[in-house]
Amino acid sequence: MSEKLITEEKRVFMTGNEVVAWAAVAAGAEIMYGYPITPQNEIMHYWTRLAPKYNRKFLQTEDELSAGFTTVGGVMAGRKAFTATAGPGNTLMQEPMSMAEAMRLPTVAIIQQRGGPSTATVIYSQQEVTMTTFGGNGEGLRIVYSTANHQELFDYTIKAFNVAWKYRFPTFVLGDGYQAKMRESLTVYDPEQRGIELVKPEPYVGKPGTPGVDREPGHYRNTYNVEEELYEVLQDYFKDYAKMAKEVAEYQAFDTEDADVIVLSHGVVSRGAKEAVEQLRKEGKKVGYFRPITLRPLPEDQLKELANKAKKLLIVESAQGQFAKLIKDVIYGSSAEVVPFFKPGVGITTEEIAAKANEIL
Amino acid sequence: MTVQPAMPKCWRPESKPHKFCPGCGHGLVLKALGEAIDELGIQDRVVFGCDIGCSLLSWDFFNVDSIQTHHGRTTPVMTGVKRANPDLICIAYMGDGGGYAIGSQHLVNAATRNEKITVLLALNTVYAMTGGQMAPTTMPNQKAETAPYGRDVEETGYPTQGPEMVAAIAREGAYVARGTTANLKQLKSYIKKALKNQMEGKGFSFVEALAACPTNWRTNAEKTWNFLQKDMPKYFKVGEKKVPGAEEKEGQ
Ligand SMILES: Cc1ncc(C[n+]2csc(CCOP(=O)(O)OP(=O)(O)O)c2C)c(N)n1
Ligand code: SF4
Ligand SMILES: [Mg+2]
Repeated sequence: MSEKLITEEKRVFMTGNEVVAWAAVAAGAEIMYGYPITPQNEIMHYWTRLAPKYNRKFLQTEDELSAGFTTVGGVMAGRKAFTATAGPGNTLMQEPMSMAEAMRLPTVAIIQQRGGPSTATVIYSQQEVTMTTFGGNGEGLRIVYSTANHQELFDYTIKAFNVAWKYRFPTFVLGDGYQAKMRESLTVYDPEQRGIELVKPEPYVGKPGTPGVDREPGHYRNTYNVEEELYEVLQDYFKDYAKMAKEVAEYQAFDTEDADVIVLSHGVVSRGAKEAVEQLRKEGKKVGYFRPITLRPLPEDQLKELANKAKKLLIVESAQGQFAKLIKDVIYGSSAEVVPFFKPGVGITTEEIAAKANEIL
Repeated sequence: MTVQPAMPKCWRPESKPHKFCPGCGHGLVLKALGEAIDELGIQDRVVFGCDIGCSLLSWDFFNVDSIQTHHGRTTPVMTGVKRANPDLICIAYMGDGGGYAIGSQHLVNAATRNEKITVLLALNTVYAMTGGQMAPTTMPNQKAETAPYGRDVEETGYPTQGPEMVAAIAREGAYVARGTTANLKQLKSYIKKALKNQMEGKGFSFVEALAACPTNWRTNAEKTWNFLQKDMPKYFKVGEKKVPGAEEKEGQ
């Protein structure tokens, strides 16, 4: 049995869930903890088939609270640990992820969004944006990548482990049911062969030596006695977050320079948005495209610049304005008018976006 | 004969005197645990997890690596640590509310899966940290803040029998016992057996310890002792409930 799953770069044709499992193996993930929920199940199915061959582990837990808290335990033991969930499972996942936020733990969670609220549909949505970026009783000290295709699912799952362990903020790959279940072509590769250095994990507990004798014990907590103590800890976190944000925020944009209308979208919806903008440009219309890849932290400077240059921002999403809220918060006070195009829990086609952009030009 | 030091070696002197109320059972359970860790010589391998509840006051209690978690979630955190690094000896310390109410699904499933961790639970019949509300273990007719006229078993059922429940679920290889802070020597021996069970990789281990909360019981020293030593064991029978390779032994 070869030690590596991917020994050389190759083209493959897979579902998104399979891509995630492959990427996690390639990224050196050591253990997955999970609980069944559609549409993420096949991440576990593929992982459990690959894991024993590459000396990785899996634990099926009793619920998503447990999946999240065991993931917390796994990273504290110094292993690259991850979980995957969706919808109501993501709701339960918020409690452990708030502990990860409070204690700066490099958990990685793959979220395959489904319809909401509640059980809703097992199919698709972009309705887990608010929860994934700002869930829990916290301040959104998280890193969230919103992927648009299978190549990105592969690339950003690998990246998620690296940024989580480098910056020590809980990290999420935000996909959706379409990406999870659809088959698509992509190139898989061994990251190290491409010169991508894999950040080494480090244990929080169980380091060599006897605590109190050879070294200080690791005493980790998320509870504080007084307000000032918490306040100080959080100030440091905010500083680290701001510093990290400059290095981590990512986006894609084109034709924004002279655009009157800029179509703003994220994730799988940005595929349609991209095509719509390309079509309209061919017709000579002044339309531009902007898509944040990181929803936390957002590329704030670029967004502000757009919002002061373009006349209108058309915000397109498969939710009732969750993404728009994030954007509006950043661009508050800018001159561009915000035009919503929301279809909660349903897919959005190129034609629909093009028609809407045309209407407001 | 060696002289027992007043403080177990693995206790952290810098965090003493500890933060529990005078007469609190938590300190005694942690004394028994500290001595067990010392006697087994495992201070360098133990990871101690504490819950939210008065158990959280022990987050810096020992010179061992420690993780203070969320209410009811210490069992999965320790499960996660153990699964990721089986060389460590993982102890999940919690109250009766944490173990039998909000975290009961974790306790039941960790026992079912025979996780190689040790759960240590202090039973004080109340939610102590939040001010003495009724717990799953509040005794029939016992008064609590949310049962001001006493626990009515018709309305709220009977106290949880934790070790009996775990013993019924857990399979061969598990160790389950109920001790009491009224008999520290015995409690220590149960904790030692539980830890050994984990170290030998036999299976899940669970020790419940009857513990006093004079603050919320609103009892003086004499009444505290009477409740702990006379009333509680009438309902919560002390003894080993499941021992690997042996018939069930009902004790005392
Ligand atoms: C999710 C959640 N719900 C409720 C609480 C509030 N809370 C803090 S401690 C506690 C009770 C602890 O009781 P127990 O587990 O019996 O421990 P004790 O304090 O009695 O030792 C509760 C309900 C919390 N911290 N988290
Ligand atoms: S309130 Fe009760 S359980 Fe909590 S420290 Fe005081 S005596 Fe102990
Ligand atoms: Mg209690």
